[in-house]
Amino acid sequence: MSALEITASLSYIVASCLFIVGLKMLSSPASARRGNLVSALGMLIAVVATLVSQGMDYHWILVGATLGALAGAFAALRVPMTSMPEFVALFNGFGGIASLLVGWAEYHRSLSLGAEIPFAAALPIYLAILIGGVTFTGSMIAYAKLAERIDGKPTLFSGQQIVNAAILLGVAVCLVAFLAAPAGPYAYWCVGFAIGLSFILGVLATIPIGGADMPVVISLLNSYSGLAACAAGFVINNTVLIVSGALVGASGIILTNIMCKAMNRSLPHVLFSGFGAAAAKTGAVYEGEVNPITPEDAYYMLEAAQSVVFVPGYGMAVAQAQHVVRELGELLEKNGADVKYAIHPVAGRMPGHMNVLLAEANVPYEQLVEMDDINPRLDTVDVAVVIGANDVVNPAAREQEDSPIYGMPIINVDHARTVFVLKRSMRAGFAGVDNPLFFKENTRMLFGDAKQSISALIAEFKTA
Amino acid sequence: MGEFILLLFTFVLAIFLGFELISKVPATLHTPLMSGSNAISGITIVGALVAAGATDSPWLSVVLGTAAVAFATINVVGGYLVTDRMLAMFKSRQGGRP
Repeated sequence: MSALEITASLSYIVASCLFIVGLKMLSSPASARRGNLVSALGMLIAVVATLVSQGMDYHWILVGATLGALAGAFAALRVPMTSMPEFVALFNGFGGIASLLVGWAEYHRSLSLGAEIPFAAALPIYLAILIGGVTFTGSMIAYAKLAERIDGKPTLFSGQQIVNAAILLGVAVCLVAFLAAPAGPYAYWCVGFAIGLSFILGVLATIPIGGADMPVVISLLNSYSGLAACAAGFVINNTVLIVSGALVGASGIILTNIMCKAMNRSLPHVLFSGFGAAAAKTGAVYEGEVNPITPEDAYYMLEAAQSVVFVPGYGMAVAQAQHVVRELGELLEKNGADVKYAIHPVAGRMPGHMNVLLAEANVPYEQLVEMDDINPRLDTVDVAVVIGANDVVNPAAREQEDSPIYGMPIINVDHARTVFVLKRSMRAGFAGVDNPLFFKENTRMLFGDAKQSISALIAEFKTA
Repeated sequence: MGEFILLLFTFVLAIFLGFELISKVPATLHTPLMSGSNAISGITIVGALVAAGATDSPWLSVVLGTAAVAFATINVVGGYLVTDRMLAMFKSRQGGRP
């Protein structure tokens, strides 16, 4: 090893440590921002170490990096917080395609140099291409669904499982043929097929997944993008790629697991069942009277309330209501009420989405409460205000054994003394399941656009 | 093969470390965690730099590598910037910025 190579290797160790410390600092909102900077510093060190360690032609690197940095910075500074899920999905995809390209480029280089390609290099090349490709097209579909470029409903066709099985078989056959002779005459064909098949597989794996399950899918794709980077690390024998790829992979797996638990579903069920496509037919039909109220009635009840809990869902993001919600929360606090925001793990379209929106609206993070912390306290709450959430507060998950969401942990807003549901109309939620909450005795429906309804409440407070 | 086993060993340990680290991240920070870890997965840029810049790379590897550099840089720069933007919004009741 030359002195330069040793310095580079040591720099990679430092970079890995900085990633680890950065992630550790993410354990509290107070240190998280500095943690992100620590992590970014690690990345900078890894990049600089790579650039100076080997004799390099910087020509094309400069072109690629300039284009990438401009596009990345432009997107990151412009994206609205409501669009965070599709943004993250898109970026997952870019990570995946980058790993695929690295695997392919390294394979081509080894071939052209006439070097021998041992098993320990061939397997990671194939995996980097395969995982990278699946991550790329899967993320593009997830992006298109989240950005509503295509229909968010699950797409199912007859024989889907057979097609999937055939593709997996093709992937396996190509793998065996490739490993048998990675530099042989058919090897490049195998690589080409692997790229094509991974693209198709990514699409087919994502189209049957409905919009309500998107938090699971982007968590999983997040994990894949890490694992693809890991595989690329094995290709170029680089530990910093392996360590950081593994950290990201583990992160995605943990988030996926949390999301699945929060929906009481197994990962295979999320991935293959096409949930939401047929749910509307199976759910029981509820009959009864709903109690609509006017903002004025709602004002009198809120004015008298000692404790108020807001339960936001994706509808709050759609209506861009987070700022008025915070304003109402502040007025209630001034009025002497205790105000909390209860957030279900799968509220919104990605993990923690609601928290970011409320943070954007200046809600202090101490007021954001998790489901398990609020549930035991809900029967002492005077008013629970449901804003654009549906399935995550649906008591059918507790009571209705034949309901498609039966067993899913929910925020038990019906245990509060009074529940306000802010809703556009009596349509079923994103999962297509009817909600018996609307017909409960202590439920009051405040129909209309969430932002307008809350603005009306604020006006009542201000004129009073 | 020996090196491969050593890399595998590193990989397995890093997975366990990842589980320990990430399980300590509170739910309220899960979105910044995702965008931040997204930026970290842009570490594949190191591989992309080698492919695009190595003097013994054939032209196709350089093309593929340059595209990989562009995509990975989007990930790194965009990922860290957007995470910073988000984390700057999380404020304590005392009004202090983190």
